[in-house]
Amino acid sequence: MAAQQASVDPMHQFTIEPLAGASTWELVGYNIAFTNSALWMAITAIVLTVFVLGGLRRELVPGRWQMAVESFTGFVDDMLEANIGKAGRKYLPYVFSLFMFILFANILGLLPLGVIGLHPFTFTSHFTVTGIFAIISFSIVLIVGFAKHGFHFFSLFVPAGTPLPMIPLIFVIELVSFMVRPFSLGLRLFVAMMAGHVLLEVLSSFVISGANAGIGTGIFVGGATFILMIGICALELLVAGVQAYVFALLTALYINDAENLH
Amino acid sequence: MPQIAQLAETYSSQIFWLLVIFGLVFFIIGRGMVPKVVETVGQRDAQITSDLAAAQAARDRADEEEAAWRTRENENRAAAQAIIADAKADGAKRNEVRLGEAQARIDRETDDAERRIEQSRRSALEEIEAVAADATQDIVRRLAGLDIDDVAARSAVKGAMNHG
Repeated sequence: MAAQQASVDPMHQFTIEPLAGASTWELVGYNIAFTNSALWMAITAIVLTVFVLGGLRRELVPGRWQMAVESFTGFVDDMLEANIGKAGRKYLPYVFSLFMFILFANILGLLPLGVIGLHPFTFTSHFTVTGIFAIISFSIVLIVGFAKHGFHFFSLFVPAGTPLPMIPLIFVIELVSFMVRPFSLGLRLFVAMMAGHVLLEVLSSFVISGANAGIGTGIFVGGATFILMIGICALELLVAGVQAYVFALLTALYINDAENLH
Repeated sequence: MPQIAQLAETYSSQIFWLLVIFGLVFFIIGRGMVPKVVETVGQRDAQITSDLAAAQAARDRADEEEAAWRTRENENRAAAQAIIADAKADGAKRNEVRLGEAQARIDRETDDAERRIEQSRRSALEEIEAVAADATQDIVRRLAGLDIDDVAARSAVKGAMNHG
């Protein structure tokens, strides 16, 4: 059976499969089937809840778990204070939820659960999901900006000291760069997560094909690729953290624009 | 690419479940738990700050008390020195008085003794004169057969003794 065609489709891991209510669950005409993507969102939420609950013992001398949770809240809190200032405190619930949800989703999606027959699904590798995150962040920026500064918020697009004749041009450029923000925000996370997962899948197909081609090729190509995969896995864990951080950091920076204008 | 290929059939489900689940995460964790965690951290920081302040205050008080103790100690020492000096001076004075009394008694006794010696000497001399005068009257009577009176003999003796 060694001659059987070993094909690995690197894109198959992103397929969304309905688990319940594929055709029956509808909300005002839209299908809301419970898919593997939704399942992993729920798993992420539950794991995150358990994690934060562990830090809710409110002891004056914290244990390890409480210390871990407090270091995460402290990390996000410090980031908000550094980028927005004292007013940044009130965005802590949102930015913390966003950062931790994306971080846990990224890391859970990397877990080698395939070994025991489960199929981890990284929902942050879908731009429908990252796009929603980006739109929520962008909406907060718009709502805060207009609520706080009214139409004066448009001065964000005219940097201080712009010569009068340049104002229309600069305004258009700044406006475009502002409007591109939600796209870059959502696409960055989606692309980074997808690229890493595709890379790992492609490399694993090298290992399988190499092993099927014979012992020599298996050791030479497969072994080398396997070692590379270990390194890439470590890199992907780093990317999982960095992308969650970048998303939260950029959200904080954009909120800073709205909160403090400039 | 399933993200695009399945977009039409799955976008509504993706959006719905994400909003539901992330909404739950936001309200339960973000709004419910995170403020409590942050509050705990704040309480701890406040506790540490107040403990440090209390420790500083206690140290200041200890310093003050030590300084007070030091001044009191110095005063006590000075008082003790004064008492010792007083006692010394007192003792020295009493000694002097007693020495003076003793000296006076010794002087008096010495004077008495000298006077008594002088008296003894004088009475001895007179006795010698009397004896010598008797002896002289006796000698003169036996040798010359003369009877000289007492006064002449006594003055002759006195003259001889004075010329020595």
